[in-house]
Amino acid sequence: MLNVVIPIAFALVVAAAALNFWRLLRGPSAPDRILALDTLYVNAIALLVLLGIHLGSALYFEAALLIALMGFVGTVALCKYLLRGDIIE
Amino acid sequence: MLDYLLSFLILTGAIFTFIGSLGLARLRDFYTRLHGPTKATTLGVGSLLIASAVFFSTRGEGISLHEVLVTLFLFITAPVSAHLLSKAALHLRLKSLAALPEEAVQKNIGD
Amino acid sequence: MHRLLPHPILAPALAGIWLLLANSLAPGQIVLGLLLGWAIPFFTLRFWPEAVRIYKPLTLLRFTAMVLLDIVRANFTVARLILGNPQRLRPAFVIVPLELRSELAISLLANTICLTPGTVSALLAPDNKSLLVHALNTTDPDALAATIKQRYETPLKEVFEPC
Repeated sequence: MLNVVIPIAFALVVAAAALNFWRLLRGPSAPDRILALDTLYVNAIALLVLLGIHLGSALYFEAALLIALMGFVGTVALCKYLLRGDIIE
Repeated sequence: MLDYLLSFLILTGAIFTFIGSLGLARLRDFYTRLHGPTKATTLGVGSLLIASAVFFSTRGEGISLHEVLVTLFLFITAPVSAHLLSKAALHLRLKSLAALPEEAVQKNIGD
Repeated sequence: MHRLLPHPILAPALAGIWLLLANSLAPGQIVLGLLLGWAIPFFTLRFWPEAVRIYKPLTLLRFTAMVLLDIVRANFTVARLILGNPQRLRPAFVIVPLELRSELAISLLANTICLTPGTVSALLAPDNKSLLVHALNTTDPDALAATIKQRYETPLKEVFEPC
């Protein structure tokens, strides 16, 4: 059962990432691109978790956690830049 | 039985992740696009992470709960990023399908 | 008491997060977690100006359960709206006047709004008196504001503010 479901899930998440990528390239505005990038981070977490289940290894968890942390900080920094024109005041 | 639960969680997770990105690609203005990733994607990845926690907890090497940490973190940070993004969008006066509440934006952001 | 343990809720929360991160319940990890939970609030005291007090823990539990259910329900609603015809969406900005005063309660309310029924909090007035909310599909903005106030704001007010 899992052998069937996991490839389907991989396909769906990769399709999601492709849609995000399309939005990232197309824009049209800066916040759109930031949102696409943020969603891409979250999809990367999903891919890592799926890979972890597929390979039966918990090693990838730390990478997922780091992506979650860094993705959030990156999004906040970019938004701050749009709001203030500066990151560190 | 466990297999069915895991498959269900993984499939729901993947489908919601996909729907979130579909919303991002499909909807017509920034403010409505914001809804897909903040809700659907967050729940989708949350459900995948729960599947992972169940999977590693039932392999006989003790309970594995650290996935809960990522889920918790995502559920706390997704709204914060959404709030900041919409604040930035209002600051840039991105055009919207709904009427922008001009006086509220003027008063609150200033320039 | 107050000097030794400035944030009685933050400390166990940090200890719990440490245990989740270490992914173990070994006695050594528990002691280390409690130590970290006690020490970190000390060194970051300046970032936590107001002490958090929970007046009604039971209401908080009920609120959390309700929000979790609402998150799942909201996701199905949003999924249906995304899959439907985008031309037929009726997005709107809604201004929700706030009665909450505690900053923690306001940020929790904003987060809850983002995760539940097709709404994203967009802007908090500088005087904390109102919250601008963007709704994905609504025909009656006033009813939406009333629902948010009654469903989410009232319990938060009970939990975090003395009556």
